[in-house]
This record gives sequence, structure tokens and C-alpha cells, in this order.
Amino acid sequence: MNKLMVESINGHMDEIIECWIARMKEEKGERFFHFMPENLVEKTSREFAELMTSNIMETNSIDSDKLNDFTEKVVRFGWSIKFVNKAIDNFSFVVFDLLEEKGIMNEGNLRRFLETFTTWISPLRESIIDAYSTEWERTVSLQKIALQELSASLIPVFDKISVMPLVGTIDTERAKLIMENLLEGVVSQRAEVVLLDITGVPVVDTMVAHHIIQAADAVRLVGAKCMLVGIRPEIAQTIVALGINLHDFTTKSTLQKGMQAALAMTNREIVEVHGE
Amino acid sequence: MSYRSSVDIYTEWDIVAARQMGRNEAKKTGFGTVDQARITTAISELARNIYLYAGKGKIEIERISENGFFGIKIIASDEGPGISDLRKVMEDGYSTSGGLGAGMPGVKRLMDDFKVVSEPGVGTTITAKKWLH
Repeated sequence: MNKLMVESINGHMDEIIECWIARMKEEKGERFFHFMPENLVEKTSREFAELMTSNIMETNSIDSDKLNDFTEKVVRFGWSIKFVNKAIDNFSFVVFDLLEEKGIMNEGNLRRFLETFTTWISPLRESIIDAYSTEWERTVSLQKIALQELSASLIPVFDKISVMPLVGTIDTERAKLIMENLLEGVVSQRAEVVLLDITGVPVVDTMVAHHIIQAADAVRLVGAKCMLVGIRPEIAQTIVALGINLHDFTTKSTLQKGMQAALAMTNREIVEVHGE
Repeated sequence: MSYRSSVDIYTEWDIVAARQMGRNEAKKTGFGTVDQARITTAISELARNIYLYAGKGKIEIERISENGFFGIKIIASDEGPGISDLRKVMEDGYSTSGGLGAGMPGVKRLMDDFKVVSEPGVGTTITAKKWLH
């Protein structure tokens, strides 16, 4: 049965590919078949068809090496998963049509053909979905790590003065990390004044403010002072509208002004030195 | 021109998606940076309330016009536990989750128009508008 199918597919390969390309061109939303040069479309299509047929087994067991090969190559085409799925759909539809048209498949053997079809197509589809979702999960977890690395390090700038620049959205997880790094850093760097710079925080809502207030309280407990800098005018207005009380803080508009204030708090200043 | 976009709130990151959408819509409507920040912050508060108290819900944003005025409408709806004491929720400093308790009264101050419809056990719908002056 499988052999018969493979033979008839291979025998009518050109016909199948032509039909398949025609169907794929009707698909909306994918530019591949419209913007690629004709010969490349032809080449890719042939490759895809060969990959598809390479997985029809002589037996009913699945050759995982060939399956992996198929997945790897198809993923490398760079199509969206929706498009790949459609491609597989259309391919099997075209083959089905052809088998029926040539009279290879008839009422009597329809059921067995269907079974062969399912054992052929399903693993391909599963393997594709698996490959794509693994890839996405990997990307997401990598980005998460990248974000964590980006998050909140306390930088000693002068003796007794450290700065923590906050960049990006602060969620619960990051807020926890900020708190930990802040307290650890204050103790290990023997900081007396810590500047929290929120220039890079796009939105300061009550949750973010709450975390900042908590962090500042904790910093006070370990014997240092916390200063909030980098408050943009629009952020200042929203903080006021929200009614958030930041009276316990020293706040400054820029890191530069904060640094001057921090130096003053530790009885120092920066002076210009005139050369000889 | 009742063009409406919406974001479902399921996770903390959907809050970011909702306010990103809000900021874009506010920008398109013609709001300045201060009002953009107000609208974005209001959306952030409303979305966070959905996430914290209802678990899931959605934020819809619509650009509106009335008597020649243009503006933006935020609709935050959920099918959560509802608010049992509306007056208390609108008081500054009232919170059941250990937060600052500034969210709801804050949103009211950030926006021009603010309406809460809530029924315990059924859900909450909050509609807030901001007009372009």
C-alpha cells in the first residue's frame, strides 16, 4: 500500500508541486510565494515536496532521523508555523486529489489509504509544532535571563555613595531582585547614600511607588539614606495625582543633582582644580 | 469612528501590553507627554486591579469624540468578586492587598471622567475618559 502510494506520488511529482504552488499562492498573509524569485520558489517547493515524501515509510514505524531532518530543514525555510501547517495541509490535499483522480485510491481501499495518510502526516505536524514551541520557549527563557542580567545592579560611584539605575518595566519579580541587590550592595559597599535613578522607568504607578518606598525603608534600616532621582516632569505630575506620599524621600530631577546632594550629605564637594 | 482595541489581562505582562496600547492610542489622539503618562498610569492601575483581584479580565481602549471634543475612553471589565464597598475603595489609603491604596482614587484624579459599576459576585466595569483640551 505505502509503496504504491510512494510510487504514484513520485511519478506525478511535477504535477503535485505545480498544484501545490498554485494553492499556496492563494494563501493570504504570507509573502513568500509572491516576493521570492520564481526559480527559488520552484527549488524550495521541490525540496519541501521531497522532504514530505521522504517520510512515507515502507513500514508503519517512524524513522525519527528522517523526521528530524524534515523538521530541521523546514524550520530553516523561515516560514511561520501557520504557513508550514497550511503547506502540509495543502500538500496532503493535492496528493489525496491526485490519488483519487488516477484511480489508485477507490472506495475499497479508502480506509487503508487514510490510515497510511495519517501515519504519514501526523508525525510531521507534531514534530513541526514541537520544534517551533521549543524554539519559542528557549527564546522566552533567554530573554528572561537577559532581562534579569540587565536588572538592577548597585554601582559604587564614590566612597560611601552608590547608584542604582532602574531601566524598564518593574514587575513583582524585578522588584524583589531590586530590593535584594540594593540591600546586599549597601552593606557590602558600605554605602551611606544610595541614589535610585528612575529615568528609565516608563510608568510609575502605585505598585512601582510602593516597591520604591519599601526599598527605601529597608535601606534606612541598614543605616543608609535613599534618594530618588531622575523624576521626569510627567512622572512628577502623575505621582501627585495618584496622591503618593514621597515626603520621607529626598528627590531630585536628575542624577547629576542627586550626586551633588549626596556629596553634600557626606560633607564633600567637587571642586575645579586650576593647573599651574 | 468607534474604533476599539482590547487587551486581555491574564498575567503581569499583559498589564505592560495594555498600557503600551494605551500610550499608542493616546499619542494618536494627540495627547501631550504629561497626559500620555496620566492615561498610561491609569491603565496600569486598572489592569493591575484586574490582575490582583479578579484574576482575569480585559482592558478596552476607544478613541471618542463628543460635541467636537476628542478624547480617549478606557473600559476595564472583569467578572471577578466585585467591590462590596465602593465608597471605601475610593478613599485614599484603603487597600485590602497591603498596597498603597492610591489606585482607584488616583485613577479618578488622573482622568476627567470616572464611573464604576460593580456588583459583588458578578464583576466590575470601570469606565474612565480623558478629553483633549
